[in-house]
Amino acid sequence: MMEKAWENFKEGVWMDEINVRDFIQKNYTPYEGDESFLAKATDRTNRLMKKLNNLLMIEQQMGGVFDVDTDTIMSLVTYKPGYLDKDEEIIVGLQTDKPLKRGVNPFGGMRMTREACKAYGYELSEKVEKEFTFRTTHNDGVFRAYTDEIKAARHCGIITGLPDAYGRGRIIGDYRRVALYGVDTLIRFKKADKERIGHEVLLQDNIRQLEELYQQIHFLELLKEMAKMYGYDISRPAQNAREAVQWLYFGYLGAIKEQNGAAMSLGRTSTFLDIYFERDLKAGILTESQAQEIFDDFVMKLRMARHLRTPEYNELFGGDPMWITESIGGTGEDGRTLVTKSSFRILNTLYNLGPSAEPNLTVLWSEQLPEKFKRFVAKVSCDTDAIQYENDDIMRPKFGDDYAIACCVSAMRVGKDMQFFGARANLAKLLMMSLNGGRDEKSGMQVAPAHEPYQGEYLEYDKVLELMDIYRPWLAKTYVSAMNIIHYMHDKYAYEKLQMALHDTDVHRFMAFGIAGMSVLADSLSAIKYGKVRVIRDETGLIKDFETTGDFPAFGNDDDRVDSIAAEQVRLFYEELKKNPTYRNAEHTLSILTITSNVMYGKKTGNTPDGRKAGEPFAPGANPMHNREKNGALASLNSVAKLSYDVCKDGISNTFSIVPGALGKTEEERLSNLVAILGGYFARKAHHINVNVLNRETLIDAYENPEKYPNLTIRVSGYAVNFHKLSREQQREVIQRTFHEAM
Amino acid sequence: MEDQVYGYIHSFQSLGAVDGPGVRYVIFMQGCPLRCAYCHNPDTWAMAGDAPACQKWTPEDVVQRVLRYKEYLKNGGVTVSGGEALMQPEFVEKLFSLLKENGMHTALDTSGVGDLKAAARVLKYTDLVLADLKFSDTGDYKTYCGASMDQVLEFLRLTESMEVPVWIRHVVVPGLNDSEGQIRKIGEIAKSFKNLTRLEILPFRKICVTKYEEMGIEFPLKDYDACSQEEIDRIEKMLGLAPGGYVR
Repeated sequence: MMEKAWENFKEGVWMDEINVRDFIQKNYTPYEGDESFLAKATDRTNRLMKKLNNLLMIEQQMGGVFDVDTDTIMSLVTYKPGYLDKDEEIIVGLQTDKPLKRGVNPFGGMRMTREACKAYGYELSEKVEKEFTFRTTHNDGVFRAYTDEIKAARHCGIITGLPDAYGRGRIIGDYRRVALYGVDTLIRFKKADKERIGHEVLLQDNIRQLEELYQQIHFLELLKEMAKMYGYDISRPAQNAREAVQWLYFGYLGAIKEQNGAAMSLGRTSTFLDIYFERDLKAGILTESQAQEIFDDFVMKLRMARHLRTPEYNELFGGDPMWITESIGGTGEDGRTLVTKSSFRILNTLYNLGPSAEPNLTVLWSEQLPEKFKRFVAKVSCDTDAIQYENDDIMRPKFGDDYAIACCVSAMRVGKDMQFFGARANLAKLLMMSLNGGRDEKSGMQVAPAHEPYQGEYLEYDKVLELMDIYRPWLAKTYVSAMNIIHYMHDKYAYEKLQMALHDTDVHRFMAFGIAGMSVLADSLSAIKYGKVRVIRDETGLIKDFETTGDFPAFGNDDDRVDSIAAEQVRLFYEELKKNPTYRNAEHTLSILTITSNVMYGKKTGNTPDGRKAGEPFAPGANPMHNREKNGALASLNSVAKLSYDVCKDGISNTFSIVPGALGKTEEERLSNLVAILGGYFARKAHHINVNVLNRETLIDAYENPEKYPNLTIRVSGYAVNFHKLSREQQREVIQRTFHEAM
Repeated sequence: MEDQVYGYIHSFQSLGAVDGPGVRYVIFMQGCPLRCAYCHNPDTWAMAGDAPACQKWTPEDVVQRVLRYKEYLKNGGVTVSGGEALMQPEFVEKLFSLLKENGMHTALDTSGVGDLKAAARVLKYTDLVLADLKFSDTGDYKTYCGASMDQVLEFLRLTESMEVPVWIRHVVVPGLNDSEGQIRKIGEIAKSFKNLTRLEILPFRKICVTKYEEMGIEFPLKDYDACSQEEIDRIEKMLGLAPGGYVR
């Protein structure tokens, strides 16, 4: 069996152990050329896409949900095979039996499932209700253990977005293993691991591991069964390019049938797949047009992936993203580019199928990327606003050259690392709570332990910092405790059996903490230090407002006086988190990423000393506050680049909008200037950037006339969204953002 | 020890992509002797003493500031604009000489009005001149800019003799300076300079109106329409230029 599948592949240790990286390194063909070889969509692709676009339109007209099956608990083999068009499809497999039909997946929590059904006019069936009467969900488990203090912190919004009522996600199965080895070999290795661990002294860690391995093996069996329903035997490895894509996609499909995780990312697949494409092209059994067709069909499937979520959840994240992130490009440890022709092919789907938010195409930027590839991705950005960039040159030293991005900015070695996702703490609110002796500035509720609030009429920098030093450890400890509970329960009640089966058994775990309100905090502290801030208290003594006078430097102007405050506050919070031990000894990491929740965090935070009014949105991620940048785009980028990736190993998100005219007069100028901006930004060790090249007027027009822009895609914070899927409030916030337009 | 030179600067723009080749750091000097009718930076007119918000910088400090962006500027450089850069020639000369020591490409965005001898010293360290022609005839120039066009032409001849490449830029105000005769004349004048590498045809735009309102002065061209891209394309074609105004 292996002989045929691995024919003409160069040998390596990958043949004796599960080692996809070794296979890639021994076999891939770097590509330094331009995009001229790419093929257009075939008639077949256009026909299918037309059909899909039609369904997408109906879905939109129906309020975002096409159909829900409330009777069947979604899993690998609970649905009959589904097709978009059985005769035309090249790559097959849907989550349920019909395109865009959503299944229910209550393992994260029943309430969420019930409410999501209700919101779209459905009712969860009695059958499912009954079945779960005798089952504990992840959500049940968490709330059994939550303390009053955690609940209060969560309620007032100093810690929010925690994955305590939904699947945690952010785990990337190494779906490539399914194609390269076939499922039987994967099972054989897992059985060997189980055998090995069984010989050790059996205590809780090993016992849990044994049970998990049992579940992993069980789900690998189910995966074979699922593929068999579609007529494929994936117990053996894939033998050609189409099979490689199909096998890999089955792996991914199994994962999204089993898990309703927040972010269900794909990994780093295109260069792996390219090896199969090159082999078939060389053998003369595949043309470029057919190769592109396979990619187009694959991406069409990814665009149909859906989970049933509540409108509140959708409001928070701007539509119902699944963060099907695919990491493209980068440089190998040996200095060869990891760009292949298939890196171009997957990006080309944005032209052949039209722009789209999913999959979340992410370019791993390296100074050594081929110049023609750099130019091509800049062109894709200018044409589609659908891709993001992350700095391979700072990630590779930490993660090697076979890592991928989960969700927006979280790097992990594929199949070797996983993370416990943990949303974020609101640092702007930490400042307010520190001033108010542990009370919530909005409700007056005592959330953190009481301490004497700030005394005096004017805020003094040193005194404010002292108060923050008292409340920061409290916040860090509360946050870590909440996360430990959540992930203990998630492992217990909603363990990712298939995804973890596609990891090494001895997996490395991260615990990914996050912060929101970074630029609000930095500007507020800057106002206190360099301006004059008078406090305004209500009748109960609660500090509710400020009168800020005098000039103070704002984050986003490449001014070290305030940029150093931002960097320092981030570091202090990270140091504090690290003092608290984590579940399963996970490594603490930190991100500055808000996704679209910067709007919601703003709502939950009162007036701040930087002049921001209560309820006004925060800037997204690590962005400077809107329109406080006075020295142009590069100054803004330089400020963000100063935040240390060593401290924020889970990513630092920056969203950048520029009007086309400010990038240059001709297309060639715009492309080479965008490449220069990206190159400069990443040379300064920045981590991430979303690029939007568009005019504010376009967004205003889309806000007022949504029907004119059904596919307008924009980058928000680590991912892309369809503009019309954002709430009105989020749309307004996006329009308010700084557009760099100096001409 | 020579005396320390200072420059009076209106503002910095860290990302300029339309004022010279590549990505550029742009420095707007304070003060201008002209009063061009369509000027989009009226806030840079006042001379330093009359402009309270302007900043006083040494060339050395400006270089340090620019170097924070050197990674972005590899295919671009620094453009000094204004106001009128040639009103502060000693500062610009020193700044450009220091930038050249640091391997930076230097561009001077000027109307060409100023002391020619001082300008020659600046041009020694200048890689590219961006010059506005504005009008094709001396009468109009006097009326709408308040200065003599001969000075501009003399300056351009100086750049030619010193072999400094020049981009000539012409802002098209529909109904004011866009008749076929005027445009052809502009083309003729521009192309008469051997060092011309680009003739940029720029659209008159009215986004500066709010600035005028804030400053409480009337925008002289408020009744003129903005210029469309189609008009620019048409003029480029008429003058036989490649898109973007490159001389074929």
